[in-house]
Amino acid sequence: MSRIASCFKNLKRKKRGAFIPYIESGDPDYQTALTLLKAMPIAGADLIEIGMPFSDPMADGPTVQAAASRSLKAGTTMQKTFQMVREFRQENQMTPIILMGYVNPIEHYGYETFCQDAEQAGVDGLIIVDMPYEELNCIQTYAKKHHLDLIRLVTPVTPQERLKMILKDASGFIYYISITGVTGAKTASQKNLKKTIPIIRSVSDLPIAVGFGISTPKHVRNAVKQADAAVVASALLKTLESTLDQDNHPTIDTVEKVIQHVSILAENTL
Amino acid sequence: MGSQTDLSSNSLRQGPDEHGHFGKYGGIFIAETLVPLILNLQKAYQSVQKDPEFQKELNYYLKHYVGRPSPLWFAKQLTQFANGAKIYLKREDLNHTGAHKINNVLGQILLARRMGKTRIIAETGAGQHGVATATVCALFNMECVIYMGRVDVERQKPNVFRMELLGAKIIPVTAGNATLKDAINEGLRDWVTNVHNSYYLMGTAAGPHPYPAMVRDFQCIIGNETKDQIIEAEGKLPNTIIAAVGGGSNAIGIFHPFLDDPSVSLIGVEAGGKGLDSGETAASIERGSPGVLHGNRTYLLQDDDGQITEPYSISAGLDYPGVGPEHSWLHDIKRIQYVAINDDEAVDAFQKCTTKEGIIPALESSHALAHALKIAPTMQQKDILIVNLSGRGDKDIDNVAKYLGVKI
Repeated sequence: MSRIASCFKNLKRKKRGAFIPYIESGDPDYQTALTLLKAMPIAGADLIEIGMPFSDPMADGPTVQAAASRSLKAGTTMQKTFQMVREFRQENQMTPIILMGYVNPIEHYGYETFCQDAEQAGVDGLIIVDMPYEELNCIQTYAKKHHLDLIRLVTPVTPQERLKMILKDASGFIYYISITGVTGAKTASQKNLKKTIPIIRSVSDLPIAVGFGISTPKHVRNAVKQADAAVVASALLKTLESTLDQDNHPTIDTVEKVIQHVSILAENTL
Repeated sequence: MGSQTDLSSNSLRQGPDEHGHFGKYGGIFIAETLVPLILNLQKAYQSVQKDPEFQKELNYYLKHYVGRPSPLWFAKQLTQFANGAKIYLKREDLNHTGAHKINNVLGQILLARRMGKTRIIAETGAGQHGVATATVCALFNMECVIYMGRVDVERQKPNVFRMELLGAKIIPVTAGNATLKDAINEGLRDWVTNVHNSYYLMGTAAGPHPYPAMVRDFQCIIGNETKDQIIEAEGKLPNTIIAAVGGGSNAIGIFHPFLDDPSVSLIGVEAGGKGLDSGETAASIERGSPGVLHGNRTYLLQDDDGQITEPYSISAGLDYPGVGPEHSWLHDIKRIQYVAINDDEAVDAFQKCTTKEGIIPALESSHALAHALKIAPTMQQKDILIVNLSGRGDKDIDNVAKYLGVKI
């Protein structure tokens, strides 16, 4: 069984939802990001989503954009992201790692090599924001060969027919983008989740994670009440940002504050 | 539009396929939230392609509002100066709002109205597409939001005020390097947020399918008119057609109707900036490699890790790190030749056209003119060379003065 599948299975047994924090690779620098990554499972992260920075993150709001640009300025490359996952895996074999990013850096790396290196580093799943179902064939066979789940994205405006098509051969879990808009912009409403999550459940048995628009402990509670996992990105990145000095270097508060925020949010998945 | 139904099976004008691919280029690389909108747009566009009423309405506005057909001017003075091929200029600068951009804007806004959309979102670099969009929105009383990089807002102040006068809301974009590519990112973010009432009006023949095909189709009026006009004037097809390529909408518009005429050589001119190997260039085809940005696979300026690099050109309209996907395909199959013209050559051609023909060309079009003046002397006097004069240069006089060190 894959790390993602057994993670959700264990949580189900414990009757708990999953908490998925987001971290931008190499933000604000490699060492700080690695320290955060290693500390997150201890603070209550069940899975971790790692953003691979891209120069033109068209689906992201200002907070994630700023994180990507800090990371690129600090010299993050695809290789360094894999290196970070490898170092993490030396001490943690349990927590699933999902890489999130945009098509171009992956295509430039080469789809096959990318999947091979991702598997070797210990990555479990991929979220490629600007690669909808129609374009998945670029990477699908390589992802399968290297045991990477290609996480499908579903939105409030996805028609029923399309939902069926997208989820037919999905694996890992389903990522429900709970708002129309960019990351960190709006808030997912409980009413919307109540209405939409059962529709997705009627089409697929996979666990459902809710993301985009989850920022407070209450949002996390609401999300895992209806679905199986909550993803928080912008809110954590804002905490990180608030601890940086004027040159975007980390301070002694950075790791502590972010990890503290992770544990507060993670407590709400019961 | 519509005229492409009777193409032969080996025609180069058949693309894209149903998934929006021109060879390996094109596609719909967009966030899932936008997919239903794009599929809906594909359907809506397909239905107006078959609708003679739509075509009739579009033609009415093109004739009476835009002032089409635009003249094909025999540039006698430039011809004598270059002392070679006969040089003709396709006068898109004489369109209402001063550039080819309005051909596409009119088509898409008539489509948006049919789709029941009330709010138009667009990006602009130099401001020509923004001005055209704000103009047609004023005509049809539609809400208009224009995203423009903060750097471009600074360099194109008169156009910003022009758009505001027309009733548009200008949103300066500070993300990234605050130029055209960042304005497109921000426009797409707006669209993903306001999915229900908004229409994204892409200004060039790039982006996710159907934009590259749709923008091309609306711009093909340039090439269709040119074909009729040159046959009327000279009784034969031209030897060569030259157009500037940023995203590539004016170029694909004049080239496309000639793709199946193998005797006509087609040359796209990219902005070399300070030189192809200076590190400050916008020549995506000549110095880029295939990649994915803004919804399509195409040639892009990028670094070793697949990050998009900043383009540079004196002309804000060519200052884009990508190019329309059909151009990428036509380059690979070698139907169109792509060359580069640097800032200094473009400014020189700008001055020559102004002093010799009494026509102030846009800096974008000046790149095409510069290449024409380069190759005309190598051609015979019976040969015909057509340049797409895609826009007028009034907007550029501040920049040219600055470049020449003149205070105005």
